[in-house]
Amino acid sequence: MDWLTTVDHKKIGILYFAAGGFFFIVGGIEALLIRLQLMFPMGANGESWFLTGQTYNEIMTMHGTTMIFLAAMPLIFGLMNAVVPLQIGARDVAFPFLNSLGFWTFFFGGVLLNISWFTGTVPDIGWTAYAPLSGSEFSGTGSDYYAIGLQIAGIGTLVGGINFLVTIINMRAPGMTFMRMPLFTWTVFITSGIILFAFPALAVGLIYITFDRLFDANFFVTATGGNAVLWEHIFWIFGHPEVYILILPAFGAISEILPTFARKRLFGYSSMVFATALIGFLSFMVWAHHMFTVGMGDIANALFGVATMLIAIPTGIKVFNWLFTIWGGKIQFTTAMLYATSFIPTFVMGGVTGVMLAIPPADFQFHDSYFVVAHFHYVIVGGIVLSLLAAVYYWWPKMFGRMLNETLGKWSFWLFFSGFHLTFFIQHFLGLWGMPRRVFTYLPNQGWDTANFVSTIGAFFMAAGVIVILLNVIISIKGPKAPADPWDGRTLEWSIASPSPEYNFKQLPLVRGLDAFWLEKMDGKKEMTPAEPLGPIHMPSASILPFFMSLGLFIAGFGFMYRGYEFDSAFINNLFGNNIIAICGLAITLVCMFLRSVYDDHGYHIEVEELQKEG
Amino acid sequence: MNRWHLWKRIIPLLMVFSLLLTGCSLVGQGSNPIDPKASVAEEQYGLILLSIGIMILVVIVVFALYFYAIVRYRRKPGDDSIPKQVEGSHKLEIIWTVIPMILLLILAVPSVALTFSQDEDYSDDPEVIQVKATGHQFWWEFEYSDLGIYTAQDLVLPVNQRVQFELTSSDVIHSFWIPAMGGKMDTNPGMTNLLYLDTPAEPEVLLGKCAEFCGESHALMDFKVKVVSQEEYDTWVANMQAPAAVVEADVKSGEELFKQNCMSCHAIDAGTPGLGPNLKGFADREVVAGYLEMTDGNIFEWIKKPEEFKGKTVEMPAIPLDDNQFNDIVQYLKTLKLE
Repeated sequence: MDWLTTVDHKKIGILYFAAGGFFFIVGGIEALLIRLQLMFPMGANGESWFLTGQTYNEIMTMHGTTMIFLAAMPLIFGLMNAVVPLQIGARDVAFPFLNSLGFWTFFFGGVLLNISWFTGTVPDIGWTAYAPLSGSEFSGTGSDYYAIGLQIAGIGTLVGGINFLVTIINMRAPGMTFMRMPLFTWTVFITSGIILFAFPALAVGLIYITFDRLFDANFFVTATGGNAVLWEHIFWIFGHPEVYILILPAFGAISEILPTFARKRLFGYSSMVFATALIGFLSFMVWAHHMFTVGMGDIANALFGVATMLIAIPTGIKVFNWLFTIWGGKIQFTTAMLYATSFIPTFVMGGVTGVMLAIPPADFQFHDSYFVVAHFHYVIVGGIVLSLLAAVYYWWPKMFGRMLNETLGKWSFWLFFSGFHLTFFIQHFLGLWGMPRRVFTYLPNQGWDTANFVSTIGAFFMAAGVIVILLNVIISIKGPKAPADPWDGRTLEWSIASPSPEYNFKQLPLVRGLDAFWLEKMDGKKEMTPAEPLGPIHMPSASILPFFMSLGLFIAGFGFMYRGYEFDSAFINNLFGNNIIAICGLAITLVCMFLRSVYDDHGYHIEVEELQKEG
Repeated sequence: MNRWHLWKRIIPLLMVFSLLLTGCSLVGQGSNPIDPKASVAEEQYGLILLSIGIMILVVIVVFALYFYAIVRYRRKPGDDSIPKQVEGSHKLEIIWTVIPMILLLILAVPSVALTFSQDEDYSDDPEVIQVKATGHQFWWEFEYSDLGIYTAQDLVLPVNQRVQFELTSSDVIHSFWIPAMGGKMDTNPGMTNLLYLDTPAEPEVLLGKCAEFCGESHALMDFKVKVVSQEEYDTWVANMQAPAAVVEADVKSGEELFKQNCMSCHAIDAGTPGLGPNLKGFADREVVAGYLEMTDGNIFEWIKKPEEFKGKTVEMPAIPLDDNQFNDIVQYLKTLKLE
């Protein structure tokens, strides 16, 4: 019950981790099924050895959608929640209630999407859901699950992004100027800005597609004068920034972990900040590089090609700054550091293929081939997942107050890392040999058989790595208690107990420079200098309303999806057909919103005596 | 002692990479972007090579710095000293901003040049063969607009010839791709895209594909490009334009059944488009349904239950015939040869 009503950012962070981790496993199982199917080519009479085309397409669609929206996003949000308020010396996020609402809408959106596995109509349109394939003429209820599920989950991301923007602007500890903010906080700040502009585009696109499907509108239906390419533009003007929403906090985590374990401050801090902001800006300028083959013409292709190449410059600045951060340092290879250092070459490999894809005439050959699959898995798994795992090992003690096992950690690293390269490196060649992506089978003797077999073996190594991580998490429940500062950290979160108390900082710390805690330690102090006298701390009240608001949307989503569906029972038909279910769902949400508006809850205070009692 | 420790960590890494590099020795076969057979694909291959070259250079520099750093700057056990807290270096940062800019310029100039030169429109050029290619779930229709010929699945072209494609789709977005001849272009419903390709200098049979995910049987939407000598091409055109020959007596019943059940969608003379694939010269085609070997058994299975091969989206209605009658149709279809 406590978990359903919590508004504490640390607990919400853990909820995001649990849900995101669960969906990561689901998406991973889907990935294994995909690789298993592609292990062998088509049989002599055209038969597929394992999955049918339809099932494969469903799994492929859900793998992409789950990994991006339900695994990577929430894990990043989990990290943001767990770390950012601590790093800036705040007691909570700006809007704790909204934070909880954000989690629950994501959660119910994700559940809605995955319920499609049990109703037998799974999205089968690819994670990009290109029209008119995603329209009602060419696809079934699965596409409604996609549009409505992501719509609900997207609300969570949008309110989360706004929340973190306000938190970082308003709630920094005394003395923490923008240019003294830890780089992870900086990247979260820029990411939140990107979310603010990118997610409304997705929301609008999904509304259009929902209206097309449910109410016979014709935004994308070409037969009645709609424009199919319009969806591609809307999708990618969201979709391209989306990958930067994911990768920037990953960059931030790397920029925290490398200095800690190399015992050096981040090389070129201000250029890192500048590069982050520049990448954030450019991320909106290059969406059409996903559409070189759409037929936009030479001018648009050349323009977007060159704009895309430009992203290599700020990214390159970052890579060299990381290299020179560890250069001359005293590197200690903990599991977190192993993941963080392995990120650098892996991400560079993904980055250079990105520049190759930015060349329009060459992209005519690469586009929609396995070269692209290899590229974005190098960026998303090699970039985001490796740094997320680094971050998990790094901040785990702070989040849970327990240490993860280092030996198991290293096992998991080597299994995952070698499995990753085994799986995806060879896919570059598959692409160059002409294998299109999103195919459920392929004709034998095109030179692809061995490479696909090898790739599948690699996927199982990755799966073994993930199993070891799970094992490590389970063991850590009874593992050794974590000290406040296990890694000799540099930023504020390490100056308080692990796990941190619910009010985070008894007294807000005074920040005297970048790497505030490290500065204090260098001056021979054990903790931060307080910026205020000890006083009562205001805390927000827990609330169940966010849970019910999201539940209402979830029910309404179902109501809309099945409004035109023929059920066996006339009663149920009546309920759905007359939108009664949909209206009930919306009513629940609106009543909760009303209650939230009229009922003033000022929270409560933790008094000084209580604080002193705790030590 | 410590050095040995560290090699223990590098060795597995090197092993992984050497295993991966064995991938390079495998050579792809069939239609392949890095085995170009014609000029457009060759120009694109040149750019691919240039970019791979530059990128390998970048990767080597980063890897060298990286491996040096992680090997050289490991913390020795018991070493609790604190390294110098370096803020940054403007000189270094300017160097690694300017060098990538130069590399990108080297890449951008030919890229932009080729982007423009490959976007030429030859629609009005009488020397150039004009082909309208239309994507359908899940087959390809080709119309030779100057010759009044419709065909499906097999695209016949002469050697050493420029071809202007006009691309569109009848349902969802597909993408028209003949890797050995050049890059792909999407076929969007309600719009037309232009793409020119040159044909190889020697007769070849190349594989063409659909590259954009288009539904259940996207993976099976292959087609064949038969590049033949100019004389063979001229003969083919003449045969396609000629009326169908009268069939032998032993396939008369098949012809009758075909006319009753199939003719409303499938034309057998090349001048009529038809709703489904045009079947003129069907027996000369390389494969059935784009990917099945041309055997009696496969034709039989395919026309009897197409949905088992290409899924429920295939719009061919169920035909109420028994196996013997299906067999008669197969025998008739096998007579649909040119000449």
